[in-house]
Amino acid sequence: MAGGTQRVYRARIRSTQSLKKIFRAMELIAASRIGRARDKVTAAGPYARAITQAVSALATHSDQPHPLTTERTDTNRVAVLVVTADRGMAGAYSATAIREAENLVDQLQAEGNEVDLYVMGRRGVSYYRFREREIKRSWVGSSDAPSAETAQEVADTLLAAYDAPAEEGGVKALHVVYTQFRNMVSQTPRVVRMLPIEIVEQEAGEGEELLPLYEFEPNPEQVLDALLPRYVSARIYSFLLQSAASELAARQRAMHTATENAEELIRTYTRLANQARQAEITQEISEIVSGADALASA
Amino acid sequence: MALEVDLVAPDRTVWRGEARMVTAPAADGQMGILRGHSPVLAVLREGQVLIRPVSGEPFEARVTGGFLSVDSDVVTIVADAVEVGGSPAQA
Repeated sequence: MAGGTQRVYRARIRSTQSLKKIFRAMELIAASRIGRARDKVTAAGPYARAITQAVSALATHSDQPHPLTTERTDTNRVAVLVVTADRGMAGAYSATAIREAENLVDQLQAEGNEVDLYVMGRRGVSYYRFREREIKRSWVGSSDAPSAETAQEVADTLLAAYDAPAEEGGVKALHVVYTQFRNMVSQTPRVVRMLPIEIVEQEAGEGEELLPLYEFEPNPEQVLDALLPRYVSARIYSFLLQSAASELAARQRAMHTATENAEELIRTYTRLANQARQAEITQEISEIVSGADALASA
Repeated sequence: MALEVDLVAPDRTVWRGEARMVTAPAADGQMGILRGHSPVLAVLREGQVLIRPVSGEPFEARVTGGFLSVDSDVVTIVADAVEVGGSPAQA
């Protein structure tokens, strides 16, 4: 019966409509959160800048070797922190970060290193779980709004791993894979070697004042001890915040596209449903006409 | 010319402005900073930070640790966590 196809099309239209509503809602949620995420990136700026400045001032004026700045040679274990999303529906966001991480892991393993994985976000966790790869530690539940406390916890864990002796699984380096937030349309995955810290001294440009000679209170070693771990956690916090903003931007874009695709589908199905209805009517008319003809000629 | 002061926490700037005097809990004891202080990088322990602005009420906050840098009358206090008047301040 021709009414069957019509009914199928109607059902498809209805289900696509409800999907469209979901996509639209998710797009709006992501859009409303992204402003806050970007504000947090900006708000964390002064702290990170102050620390970076202090670290480079310290590096210019003291040649103190510090465990966090010197290369370890007693182990070939390295840590990789992968920042992914907790939820999907963000296009290729998590997949891109994971792919980048996999490249890095392959490269590190080719160089003869053992890799310890630290994962942020449920998507990354399930990716590695499914492939039965060991995850040293994971953090889930706050990928779209990371707090300073979470960043501190991540930094503490990784610094502890870096500090640990070789027999207890100490690592000689820490790489972070995160997604840099450039702007609303462009987010790029990046790999950063976080530890040992490479201190980039600020170049004093022309007309700029040279970094002053500092006094250290109580002494350079203790200042370094206090500064470097904070530098690491500030960097990690900024990576998490940027990843969160990227995740939301990717989600907003993916959901926008999904909404448009749903609209397109609804249009197509509406057309098909109309066609089916018209075909049915035409058939009925021709049936009636031919029935009447048969009666008249009888 | 007064001191330019920034008090920053990991997730926000807590106080920013011009001040006549700043005292902070340095590792070796409370440290007072006035104009023309020599450049210093100091570790802070837990304690009270007091900022006396050029005009207006003194600003007091509790920090749990961090560090402080002074450089040509620019004072930057980097705190791990800041409490303003009993409860954690909102950005």
